[in-house]
Amino acid sequence: MKKIFSLPLFALSLLIGSCNGDKKTTEESATSDAVVTGGQEAVKDDESAKDVVKVAVGSKDHTTLVAALKQADLVTSLSNAGPFTVFAPVNAAFDKLPAGTVEGLMKDDKKADLQNILQYHVTTSSLKADFFTDGMTLGMVNGDNITFSVKDGKVMINGIATIIASIPASNGMIHVIDGVLLPPAKK
Amino acid sequence: MKHNNLKVLVPALFLSVGLLSIQGCKPKGTQSAVSGNAAAKVYVAPGKYDEFYNFVSGGFSGQMSVYGIPSGRLLRVIPVFSVDPEKGYGYSEESKPMLNTSNGFIPWDDLHHIALSVTNSEHDGRWVFANGNNTPRIARVDLKTFRTAEIIEIPNSAGNHSSPFITENSEYVVAGTRFSVPIGDKQDVPINSYKENFKGTVSFIGVDKTSGKMNIAFQILTPGINFDLARAGKGKSAGWFFFSCYNSEKANTLLEVNASQKDKDFIMCVNWKKAEEYAKAGKGVKKAVKYAHNTYDESTHSATSTMENEVLVLDPKDCPDMIYFMPCPKSPHGCDTDPTGEFIVGSGKLAATIPVFSFTKIQAAIAAKDYDGSFDGIPVLKYASVLHGEVQKPGLGPLHTEFDEKGNAYTSFFVSSEVVKWNVQSLKVLDRIATYYSVGHLSVPGGPTKKPHGKYLIAYNKITKDRYLPTGPELAQSAQLYDISGEKMKLLLDFPTIGEPHYAEAIPAELIMKNSQKIYKIEDNKNPYAAKGDNFARVERKGNEIHVYMTSIRSHFTPDNIEGVKLGETVYFHVTNLEQDWDVPHGFAIKGANNAELLIMPGETQTLKWIPEKVGVFPMYCTDFCSALHQEMQGYIRVSPPGANVPLTFSTGKTAPAATEKKDTVKTK
Repeated sequence: MKKIFSLPLFALSLLIGSCNGDKKTTEESATSDAVVTGGQEAVKDDESAKDVVKVAVGSKDHTTLVAALKQADLVTSLSNAGPFTVFAPVNAAFDKLPAGTVEGLMKDDKKADLQNILQYHVTTSSLKADFFTDGMTLGMVNGDNITFSVKDGKVMINGIATIIASIPASNGMIHVIDGVLLPPAKK
Repeated sequence: MKHNNLKVLVPALFLSVGLLSIQGCKPKGTQSAVSGNAAAKVYVAPGKYDEFYNFVSGGFSGQMSVYGIPSGRLLRVIPVFSVDPEKGYGYSEESKPMLNTSNGFIPWDDLHHIALSVTNSEHDGRWVFANGNNTPRIARVDLKTFRTAEIIEIPNSAGNHSSPFITENSEYVVAGTRFSVPIGDKQDVPINSYKENFKGTVSFIGVDKTSGKMNIAFQILTPGINFDLARAGKGKSAGWFFFSCYNSEKANTLLEVNASQKDKDFIMCVNWKKAEEYAKAGKGVKKAVKYAHNTYDESTHSATSTMENEVLVLDPKDCPDMIYFMPCPKSPHGCDTDPTGEFIVGSGKLAATIPVFSFTKIQAAIAAKDYDGSFDGIPVLKYASVLHGEVQKPGLGPLHTEFDEKGNAYTSFFVSSEVVKWNVQSLKVLDRIATYYSVGHLSVPGGPTKKPHGKYLIAYNKITKDRYLPTGPELAQSAQLYDISGEKMKLLLDFPTIGEPHYAEAIPAELIMKNSQKIYKIEDNKNPYAAKGDNFARVERKGNEIHVYMTSIRSHFTPDNIEGVKLGETVYFHVTNLEQDWDVPHGFAIKGANNAELLIMPGETQTLKWIPEKVGVFPMYCTDFCSALHQEMQGYIRVSPPGANVPLTFSTGKTAPAATEKKDTVKTK
């Protein structure tokens, strides 16, 4: 999608091909050379409701998650039409992990591990909290399942993270959770 | 898909550039008209925007299309006078009233001309007006939404060709009748009593400064001739309007021959400020007529059609000094005023010259009563007294003229298939360039305004023949883009159009894009059938009607299981798109619906009427790819025989077994 083809070559072919070698050619193709396009996250739109990424970016409690999504190259995907359900751990949830875990995952050579963890927090369907029932399992984007337990109206995931708030976004639902979900170890 | 397209496109682009360049060295042939750097001049890189919007009439398609210039990329087709399955226009219950007329619902008309709204004779980017030619109407399209906002029918008119040209501050758009017709109570008359019983009219449709809402302010009754095209004055001539007319012979048969007898027909000069005064002073007569006035309300997403029954008619007999005829050679077609407002260019389809009239001289001739007799009691100005001069031997079959900001005019020649550039002051021909083939209208961005942007000229051709890969007997009419920034015009690009392009206007993109609306706010949705949230979704029976208040959001309908509908009942699906995200419409279709589907914009409510004709379970689904789970966005509705004992129920997301159905899974009405 984001393939950028070689415009200097295009300009060159024009120069060679042209009989009169019009000076304007060089100038005009040089300006069209700088084609840099972002993904859907770069769309300028102040009218629509915010998507899940924009909601997370606007939350001071999710700076670690946002940094991780960027490092894992997931920003474009989560700005897509979706729909998504995102379980969004707060900064404090990341802080509960053993010291050095987050820093380690943020290294370039650990990108695949980081992606695996973050994709374990996302499913492609927009689900409200009252949809989750005790004992229900749900398939996540990384291919593994999460399991819900519901007690006294509180929804807990994998027995370690509780939904503390739910925020609708233009392309899905964000459920703020107080723990980080770790995918089961690969067998 | 996009990947594949790029892969094909890129080599194709290289190849075509190469070919163009090679052919650029050949001395002859049509391709040699394209200079080596043409491709670079029309290339708008992926993710970049065009410099101008080009609003192009769709002719017999009844629609208007929007292109980017210089790329020639089609951006949008706006349905106006014809139904359009791509937008649901004319199919949804909400939009059907837009196509109502005094003759009932008309699904297809003929759209010829475009008029962008102006302030001080410069484009302001608010509205674009268009004429319905066959069943006379004028439409206003809102440029925030690119939707038809209003259509008004024109009574006492037939073939609304001389329309919808616009005055300096969009005070009025005009509608001159092509056909003269019997006017008044006596409608059943012999056709050959034309000279006695047939009259023409030109209507002035007022445009509200703030809302844009139209009303027919007054009509001027004229002799029984044909009106062709028109232009308002500008600056010094802003209080005047100029209409080209033909058939001053008043022929009612074989006009091809019989309307070409006289050396000169007319341009009718209307002092519309004076006409406005007469109308306000009560000089007009209110005539009983019947015409539809249709408006689309953006808060209810619904159109209403009102039948009006009166129009104010000004008779020149009672209103002196309001209209004058100016002789113009041989059935004038184009009638164009230059950016200064001083010159009026008449293009006689069969004339060997292009006469250019001077507004200053017209005023002097009127003051001095320098007349050459009269026509049906209306003074005819002396040709020599009002003429600035004639362009000699310009080409064959002059039709339309646009202008640049340097005092030059560009006239299209249908018969000799060319555009000729000439200087308005000196009347000297400066350049000529071939079109492919048989050109009609022209457009220079801002060309009909005080402020032309003389960078490009677009020619809209009637014949395409060998310009594209053949597609059977009919080919897409071609538009051709020329670079007119230098002394010599240069052909840059061919691009196909929809229907048949007649007049078109182009406007700097920044005047429109900044106002473009992205979504409809759900809280502002005032459609009486809206369900502004899943919790408002429901099914209700009202007598013989079933009303489904349905919501759609990625990626489901609520409700998506409906039972208890009986054969013989009429079902209305009122679907509200709960999305608040730009460019995420949902569609709605149900198997066997013989009317339509729906397309619903974010925040909008639209209604599909469905009369089931069989007993059974009917699937329904979203037709506009909305999300990763678009293919899952579906539901069922069960239709039972008339006497069946199936309660009316509805649900979403409940899959419990039938035994517990009543208790757990469905809300029962």
